[in-house]
Amino acid sequence: MSLEQGQIESDLAKALKAIAATADLDGLKQIKIDYIGDKSPLAKANQALASVDPASRANFGKLIGSARAQVNQEFEKKSAELANLRDSQVLLTERVDVTLPGRRTLKGGLHPLTILTNEISDLFIGLGYKVAEGPELESEWLNFDALNIPADHPARTMQDTFFVQPLEAKLVLRTHTSPVQIRTMLDHKPPLYVICPGKTYRADELDATHTPVFHQVEGLVVDEGITMADLKGTLDYFAKSIFGDEVTTRLRPSFFPFTEPSAEVDVFFNGRWIEWGGCGMVNEKVLIACGVDTKKYTGFAFGMGLERTLMVKHGITDMHDIVEGDVRFTQSFGVGKK
Amino acid sequence: VKIPLSWLREYVTLPAKITAEQIAAAFVKVGFEVEGIDYQGRDLTGPVLVGKVLSIEELTGHKKPIRYVGLDLGEKKTRFVICGASNFKVNDLVVVAVPGAVLPGDFKISARQTYERLSDGMICSAKELGISDDHAGIIVLAEGKIGSDAISLLDIKDVVFDIAVNPDRGYAMSVRGLARELAGSLRCKYVDPADIKITKKLDAIKSSKAVSVKIEDKSGADAIYIRTFEKVNVKRPTPLWMQRRIEKCGMRSISLAVDITNYVMLELGQPLHAFDADLISGGLRVARANKFSKLTTLDKVERKLAPDNLLICDGKSALALAGTMGGLASEVSGKTTRIALEAAHFDPLSIARNSRFHMLSSEASRRIERNTDPVLAQVASARAGRLLIELAGAKYLGTAQAGSPIKKRKVKISIAQISKFIGYNYSTKQVKDALSLIGCKVAGGGSLLNVEVPTWRPDLISSADFSEEIARINGYELIPARLPVGKGGAGLSALQIRKRQIATMLASQGFSEVINSPFVSQEMVDLLGFTGDRAKSFRIANPMSEEFPLLRTHLIPGLLTTLNRNIGRGGKDLAIFEIGTVFRNTTPLGKAVNPAIDKRPSAKVVSDIYAGVPKQMLFVGGAVAGEKTLSNWQGSGENFIWSDAIAKAVEIVEATGNEFEIVSSDLAPWHPGRCAELRVGGKPIAHAGELHPRVIAALNLPPRTCVFAVILSELPVAKTIRAPRIWNLPATVQDVALVVKKDITADQLQRALRAGAGELLESVTLFDRYDQIGDGKVSLAFTLSFRAADRTLTADEVGRYRDAAVAQAGKECGAILRS
Repeated sequence: MSLEQGQIESDLAKALKAIAATADLDGLKQIKIDYIGDKSPLAKANQALASVDPASRANFGKLIGSARAQVNQEFEKKSAELANLRDSQVLLTERVDVTLPGRRTLKGGLHPLTILTNEISDLFIGLGYKVAEGPELESEWLNFDALNIPADHPARTMQDTFFVQPLEAKLVLRTHTSPVQIRTMLDHKPPLYVICPGKTYRADELDATHTPVFHQVEGLVVDEGITMADLKGTLDYFAKSIFGDEVTTRLRPSFFPFTEPSAEVDVFFNGRWIEWGGCGMVNEKVLIACGVDTKKYTGFAFGMGLERTLMVKHGITDMHDIVEGDVRFTQSFGVGKK
Repeated sequence: VKIPLSWLREYVTLPAKITAEQIAAAFVKVGFEVEGIDYQGRDLTGPVLVGKVLSIEELTGHKKPIRYVGLDLGEKKTRFVICGASNFKVNDLVVVAVPGAVLPGDFKISARQTYERLSDGMICSAKELGISDDHAGIIVLAEGKIGSDAISLLDIKDVVFDIAVNPDRGYAMSVRGLARELAGSLRCKYVDPADIKITKKLDAIKSSKAVSVKIEDKSGADAIYIRTFEKVNVKRPTPLWMQRRIEKCGMRSISLAVDITNYVMLELGQPLHAFDADLISGGLRVARANKFSKLTTLDKVERKLAPDNLLICDGKSALALAGTMGGLASEVSGKTTRIALEAAHFDPLSIARNSRFHMLSSEASRRIERNTDPVLAQVASARAGRLLIELAGAKYLGTAQAGSPIKKRKVKISIAQISKFIGYNYSTKQVKDALSLIGCKVAGGGSLLNVEVPTWRPDLISSADFSEEIARINGYELIPARLPVGKGGAGLSALQIRKRQIATMLASQGFSEVINSPFVSQEMVDLLGFTGDRAKSFRIANPMSEEFPLLRTHLIPGLLTTLNRNIGRGGKDLAIFEIGTVFRNTTPLGKAVNPAIDKRPSAKVVSDIYAGVPKQMLFVGGAVAGEKTLSNWQGSGENFIWSDAIAKAVEIVEATGNEFEIVSSDLAPWHPGRCAELRVGGKPIAHAGELHPRVIAALNLPPRTCVFAVILSELPVAKTIRAPRIWNLPATVQDVALVVKKDITADQLQRALRAGAGELLESVTLFDRYDQIGDGKVSLAFTLSFRAADRTLTADEVGRYRDAAVAQAGKECGAILRS
């Protein structure tokens, strides 16, 4: 067989034209057989190389190699093009409405009081405090007497206490978390830095702003050289952390049997003063009852209602929402959002 | 207490232009909360005049009595008005708003045609003038010049502050005390109305006709003054100015003698009582009730007396509940001519007990239990005596006095100590000024001041007490802010971390946290079939509701109540949980210990106090009903079933890092065949499963409602975790299907397989359960997965382990390989 340059070029042109003209992948299979396979003209020309005059073999070899490479390249290109086309057509038919909702499980959430308690605990742990807890059913001595609230004192009737039978056991549902402060001072030596979050009880009818079962967080610091300035700074830091950096606090003189001096702390939030809690320097009588050396140590204490804090912070207008356990309320808070 | 600005102004020289808001802020600054400001007469404009009734024409044929009244307002012509009240007669003095006047509520008065007459004004009631809620009839004046301005006569334009007085400031429940505080806050001039000069000439006269007095119980009172008067004209009307002040303070005008005692109490803070001296047999005595068992008080209530009630008695009977309320039998009446006026310095606690025992809180008791100024017994009774003489034409007979003289109290205070305590360096002047403003006499100029404490301030004892006064009067805003930091905290405790972890876990898994009421009814306890420790409830002596007197012994009652509330509001698919304390009356309660607080109780006493408080366990509990995966367009969802509740209890116990055993239980209120008990160290720690159908029916809960409860506080704290080595060579698995009797649990079978399979066993997973093979048997199919550290296990080797596992299951559970 003899080889002719013109024939090779013509075969190449035919092959390229056929590839260009193919519109589907099936057609491309035939192209492979006709123009690339062993029986294709260019393959045959390649096989014929052996019988060509050695002088011109190299030239023909180059010519045929280049033609086959060109055909292969165009073939691959076309093949990829057609495969892409097919894929996009098929996938188009598989298109779905992605806004259809998927299978959901129930939405859960932490009660906002838990979230707030955690937030406050973390805040004070960061200041080197411990989180102290104690029993909710508490001895009268720890709930009242040790806090300088003697029997028959008007201050004792300020708090509507739940008494538990038998009365001679002198057990009450704690009216504040202050007995935890007493336990802390009885059990540990100063310096003491604790906060006491927890459930508290007072015989108030449930209404938009009251509930007989509520939550408080109290703080107690007993250390050398503790002053009212320390109390003020701590409350200010606390308020800013909970309500935002823009809030300010003020102290107003007040009375609590367990602190002297005593004050109410107000927070300026959303354009008005909000009564937030009570505070003061721990009354010397309380320190003495707990065996704290009053020549060496002074202390401050504060206490806030968590429901009230929550209501102010989140704009909750009715206490019922906090206490009734409606899952829609809890779910809106998730596992903790600011 | 309610207090009118006009009265305060009498003793404080206030700046002319000061506003009510500025005055309120001044009170707040020194610790007196202003609960309300009542601007009386702010929206009232005249002319409102004093008129004399000249004629009354009764108009008949209307639904209510209507009068057409002719009035003399000092005008040329008689003015006629229509009036719907009938509590007046011809010649009475009344208050008339004439056309042009505007009454509160933007009520413009004009001449108008009504009831076929021309009404040229209106006769006013107290309510229409905005000075009280009394609208029983129109105001009939005891005095007044015809045609004069009634607004100024009645002193209507005034501001009344409602001030909350803290329990340690009894002295401030008076014009005297609040005026002093206001003067101190604003640094204005103050005059003390309790001037000892008032008593001049009233102590000197002695007369055998004066009522005598003795203090028989010195723990009840340390000073008492009885001043006796005769020829008292009790029928004279109370002068308008006095009546109006009493009304502005929120009390009612009753009769001249009673009004005088109330007026002096409001002014000075000293409760007084007027006895009809002719109804006293012998002298008066301050004594405990002892054998006297009954007393009818002024409110016409017959009271059974306790032996330690403090009384004012005469020779024969109990006359008054001391410092609390007078007795009906010795009350001043229209017939009274002789009055014995009592003023005493009673023991606050005795009066607090009187008041508490009889559940009778009076204006007097509220003041005395907060402590009164001992000087006032003498001064206030003299002030009231002078008013009796002046206003009721009384003749003074003499004064009997008992009790010890008042001691002046002097203390030394250190400015340095106070500055150090407050955290602000006060100057000597700041300290001295503050102390003077609250009524102290201060001497000395160095760092140590000699202070004479005013008699009305028994609360000022320690350096802290004075610190408060100095900080308060100088303003808390002076104190700087400083943030102290603890000496390295230990973070949360293991139980606190556990609580957070479990709560977050459950919340992330679709559970909503709830905080339930801990108050439970007996009915609920009975319905849930609580027995043993769970039936040992504490009972609240004074519950909010008699229906719910018990403290919860378990979380389930609250969870079911809340579940039902959600269902009532349309909830269907629900998963809720609570972490909370339960109370069980399971340990004998000793007698309470009540040590004095003047020193730390001994270690023994402290431990007795602690032992007297019952142990309270922390639970986590949950309830589920409806779908756990929700129905949607793809089809129906999957319902919660008993195994979901059990899985939750299992996950909780696993999360605490404890090993447990799981057994079948028939504990109420669960379904007796669908309740799992989880045991840790052999101790029941959790129960979970489906509720008993009886409970579901009784509470109208969704069918197959499931609950779980785990005692969080009883789970041991896990040791530090030893990390497992993770081997990378492939695992080899073997499946086995075993046939066992139905009463063999999956847990038992799994334990047996584990025990028999050897140490290369990595996991056992139940993948199939078939209970249709009959003969009381069930087939359970498990995948056993084996892995070695150093080699890929061959099927042969693993086959041997599997056989060993099956053999062990056969031995322990009677299992045979399913063919």
